[in-house]
Amino acid sequence: MPDIYYTAKENFAGVIERLMGRYRVYAPVKEDRCHGFAPLRSAAEADLGFSNTRLSPKGLFHPQAERMFEYSLAKDDPQAGIVKEAQKDFSPRVVLGVRPCDAKAFDLDDANFNTETIKDPWWVRRRETTTMIGLACDSPCSTCFCTSMGSGPYDTAGLDVLLVDAGEGYAAEVLSEKGKNTLEVTSGWSPVTSAILPLTHKKKAAEQSIGIAFDPAAIAKKPMLELYNSPTWEEVQFACINCGACTFVCPTCWCFDIQDEVCGDKGERLRLWDSCMFPLFTLHGSGHNPRSQKTQRVRQRFMHKLKYYQDKYNSGPACVGCGRCVQACPVNIDIRQVGRQMVSQGCSCPA
Amino acid sequence: MNNPYLPYPVRIDSVITETEDRNLKTFKLVFLNAEDEKKFAYTPGQFGILSVAGLGEIPIGIATSPTEQGFIKFTVNKVGKVTSHLHNMKAGEIMGVRGPMGNWYPWDLLEGKNVVIIGGGFAFTTLRSSIVYMIDPKNRSRFGKIDVVYGARSEGLLLYKDELAEWEKRSDINMHITVDSSSDPNWKYNVGFVPAVTRQKAPSAENAYAMICGPPIMIKFTLPVLTELGFPPERIISSLEMRMKCGIGICGRCNIGTEYVCKDGPVFTLEQLAGLPVEY
Repeated sequence: MPDIYYTAKENFAGVIERLMGRYRVYAPVKEDRCHGFAPLRSAAEADLGFSNTRLSPKGLFHPQAERMFEYSLAKDDPQAGIVKEAQKDFSPRVVLGVRPCDAKAFDLDDANFNTETIKDPWWVRRRETTTMIGLACDSPCSTCFCTSMGSGPYDTAGLDVLLVDAGEGYAAEVLSEKGKNTLEVTSGWSPVTSAILPLTHKKKAAEQSIGIAFDPAAIAKKPMLELYNSPTWEEVQFACINCGACTFVCPTCWCFDIQDEVCGDKGERLRLWDSCMFPLFTLHGSGHNPRSQKTQRVRQRFMHKLKYYQDKYNSGPACVGCGRCVQACPVNIDIRQVGRQMVSQGCSCPA
Repeated sequence: MNNPYLPYPVRIDSVITETEDRNLKTFKLVFLNAEDEKKFAYTPGQFGILSVAGLGEIPIGIATSPTEQGFIKFTVNKVGKVTSHLHNMKAGEIMGVRGPMGNWYPWDLLEGKNVVIIGGGFAFTTLRSSIVYMIDPKNRSRFGKIDVVYGARSEGLLLYKDELAEWEKRSDINMHITVDSSSDPNWKYNVGFVPAVTRQKAPSAENAYAMICGPPIMIKFTLPVLTELGFPPERIISSLEMRMKCGIGICGRCNIGTEYVCKDGPVFTLEQLAGLPVEY
């Protein structure tokens, strides 16, 4: 029996205010011509009437620039050269209004940052102390293809609560203990029993409005080297300018660089978003570069998302069909088209 | 939660210039905190990330064997920003080390086997670690014959020359030291490229594993020799290099197909490499 509650929209500002009383709340906020996730300074700033944010909310768990450590370089300082942890704020947060595709993306990212043997302490702490309150999609975009990637407009993966816009109010499905505890901070919710039916219709309508892209399971079945050595990569890479916009907006792109920055006699070690699209990404100190050619870099990105990740973790592709890369690419490279080419690798239809 | 990005502070105990071109120096490092040395327990084949505050970090193979207590050694080639600064550092200065990283040579598979080690140039560091480990009295009986072919362009470019000479005198290890060419009339050892010397000495592949580390060109020409001698791909072991940053399989940059060289490697058998894209 799903745990569902309802509150009228006129109560919702109050819900957000109560949340803000206990948590740092992040929600979609209007930014010039698009939306982005930002810390709320007032409940009125939250705008849940958005399709999706231009940048994924990955910056909430994996900041674009993160101070990892600090150190002194002062002469005669006995602590000079010794790297020390920087202060971090892990006080509890709520991400309100995250779309199901992005929530699932963070589950996919967990496989990278939180393994049996090695744990990224900052990612893991942030994930532990953040409650994910999602908002189901009723108007997917033409570039969305979440349903092909194992997600969906009403999917619950990675969420603690799923909100559904029920016209005059919001329905909230509680999905975890953490979600339950967070909602209890707010008020105005009444349990729902029979009002679920219209929501099932909305879910179906939303899912059916999304076109089928390609089947990643078909790519998982193909041998890695056959896909890697395919001559079609020449075609795929032709227009690419290695601008890196796809990696910037993608919720499952996590690659980063580590750089030291010094000012006077103090310094910091920083973690910074990086991109496999850039030639320096794999450049050795000797000057050798295994991916010196653009074709190799373009191939790496798609092979990683749609094949290597599937083979390595057995949990589907590192893509949630959010469509941001399709919107962002200045030369209209479309991952759905690349996926279709990979699926049909090695097939030959009679003419 | 333990932070795998945080280096252990170490003090440089000594810096030795290994090669005549002065591009290779061996750093002997001592942990500032005794318990860090215990946490750094490593197995030959692994690498560490050397951290120089203000400059950055570099992945370098561990040259010492765990049988050597109280210090760790790294032999570093001067190629760029961090290594150039490191080469100018002196005994007494403080830096950091993270690790141990990566997998190691498959010691469980090498039990009771003959081991053929082939190294070229300055790729010899983790091979030194392996040799010191194997010939230690506690370990020697675990392995069969040990043959080593190690070559460099010239005598002055060989690493660990004093130790090479000592090992050459031992009866429990067969050293075949070589240089590409020599104008020294007193040169006691071999002259010739590593692949040619390997073919000439023809170590038997019977019950044996081959461990090979060196510049790509040396590996390219030595692999056919090993195949000729009868080593199958699953018994030829190599250690790869990649540009690395985190060293722990998270930053995403050092992959070959599905495998991160820093975490799933750097040690791979040829059989494993045959199943991966040739992107290294």
